[in-house]
Amino acid sequence: MFWDKKIETLKTDDLQALQLKRLKKTISQAQKVGFFKKRLSDAGITASSIKTLDDIRKIPFTKKQDLREGYPFGFFAVPLKEIVRIHTTSGTTGKPTVVGYTKKDLDVWADLIARNMTMVGVGKEDIFQNMVNYGMFTGGLGFHYGAEKIGMTVIPSATGNTKRQIEMIRDFGVTTIHCTPSYAMHLSEVAEEMGESLDSLKTGIFGAEPWSESIRHSLEKRLGVTAFDSYGLSELFGPGVAFECEERNGLHIWHDSYLVEIIDPNTGERVSDGERGELVVTPLVKEAMPLLRYRTGDVTMLLEDGCLCKRAQKIARITGRSDDMLVIRGINVFPSQIEHVLLKIPEVGNQFMVYIDRINYLDEMTVEVEINRDFFSGELTDLAKIQKKVGKELRDSLELRTTVRLVEPGSLPRFEGKAKRVIDRREEI
Amino acid sequence: MDIKKYVIRQISIFSENRPGRLAAIAHALGEEKINILAFSIAEANGFGVVRALVDHPEKAHDKLLSLGFNIAFTDVIAVHMKDQPGGLYEVAKILGDAGINIEYSYAYSGKEGAVLILRVDQIDDAITKIKTSGATLLERSVFH
Repeated sequence: MFWDKKIETLKTDDLQALQLKRLKKTISQAQKVGFFKKRLSDAGITASSIKTLDDIRKIPFTKKQDLREGYPFGFFAVPLKEIVRIHTTSGTTGKPTVVGYTKKDLDVWADLIARNMTMVGVGKEDIFQNMVNYGMFTGGLGFHYGAEKIGMTVIPSATGNTKRQIEMIRDFGVTTIHCTPSYAMHLSEVAEEMGESLDSLKTGIFGAEPWSESIRHSLEKRLGVTAFDSYGLSELFGPGVAFECEERNGLHIWHDSYLVEIIDPNTGERVSDGERGELVVTPLVKEAMPLLRYRTGDVTMLLEDGCLCKRAQKIARITGRSDDMLVIRGINVFPSQIEHVLLKIPEVGNQFMVYIDRINYLDEMTVEVEINRDFFSGELTDLAKIQKKVGKELRDSLELRTTVRLVEPGSLPRFEGKAKRVIDRREEI
Repeated sequence: MDIKKYVIRQISIFSENRPGRLAAIAHALGEEKINILAFSIAEANGFGVVRALVDHPEKAHDKLLSLGFNIAFTDVIAVHMKDQPGGLYEVAKILGDAGINIEYSYAYSGKEGAVLILRVDQIDDAITKIKTSGATLLERSVFH
């Protein structure tokens, strides 16, 4: 099934012509942003100097750290009154990354989600339970409006209270769910304990964290769904950037909306199709917040052309990161964010270690931090207060519950050169 | 009344809850010929505080600090108890009747009878009340 058959199955020549046209428009739009204006003029590039799609290589990459410089609204290409919504995502340090949308952006984004959901075979008759965070996270409202657009019955259940989620699936006859794959595993366990078979389910859309084929089999078996992988990031609207079709052998990335390059993260040079590298995307349809050659940090590769569904070239499922970003319960965390939080708390030192475990399919993060000598009063209750304070500050900043362990001063490893502060003990899902 | 003579210096040592920490502390004190008169361990959430009354608190402090331990002095008081059934009740009742709130406490039984060590919030006030209630407070000089 197609939502927009013409655009989803454009011939290569037509697609490239459309991409070039949109790229020029995107460059003009980007010139309204101080950061890009300077970048482009330093590189001597204007929209008219781009003659072919390959000319994009003359434009420098944009990194997540660059976006920090513009906090909060420095990357908006339209006046704030044209912005109708703001989302945030993790930043590399103290401040989150802010993304903004015009009315048109929201419409285009919902349309992309509608494409994806139609592609996996769900439609008006389906009842959709959206079990992801609706606060600031793009996965909540992003899927919500896309699903409404195709006329599904949408249940904005958000996260938490797994028993209630299961009751709603049962009582409302939910056919389609969206959540992180690890939450889906947890849901299936709780359903089993409750003796609920969740017979109405048929489609599961899972994203926000990498997951394996073996977890796909086990989710399909346990929940009775066909499981699809969903990919996106807030800087490129949110979810909906790429999605599996019914073949479930790679993700269709929407080439009319996103210009794709795969690079060697160390050299910045492009790699060949079939070779893994970092996904770099120039979104072609964004109005409020255009980006040029945005380095996603996600590792994938371009697959061979020719899918049975007739849509264009796919990318492989994401296998990792080219940087140190962690995905914990679907939330992106940079170790530098943790460091930034600790620097502001005088009661503890600046050294830290992070341990990540998976307990009952849910990620748990433990942060070890040294107590600062000068703040040890000798009282256990004061230590407990410090522990609580660190936990609260981390939660406020990362939007993630963490276990804080206070350790003795000087006991954590000191690193010369590249620090290895994160020990990920999770088994693959 | 010289209240200060009843204020006893306890050493409090921050310790992670892992094997060998107490041994390391005890070894260090032994090396310095410091005698431990009473001690307790309080535990919470993966870490603890080792509390001890020693005969040479300053020396203990300096030694443990030099080994990298996180150590602080805490003021406590010590109340004499009869080393017989009902001994604790007698003292506890006096404290309760005097409205003294105990933050934590531990006890030991020695040659001169049993002793209850108390950490209270208003230490000066507590000393006065305990004295007037008729219980016996041990002086600092008994310990160090």
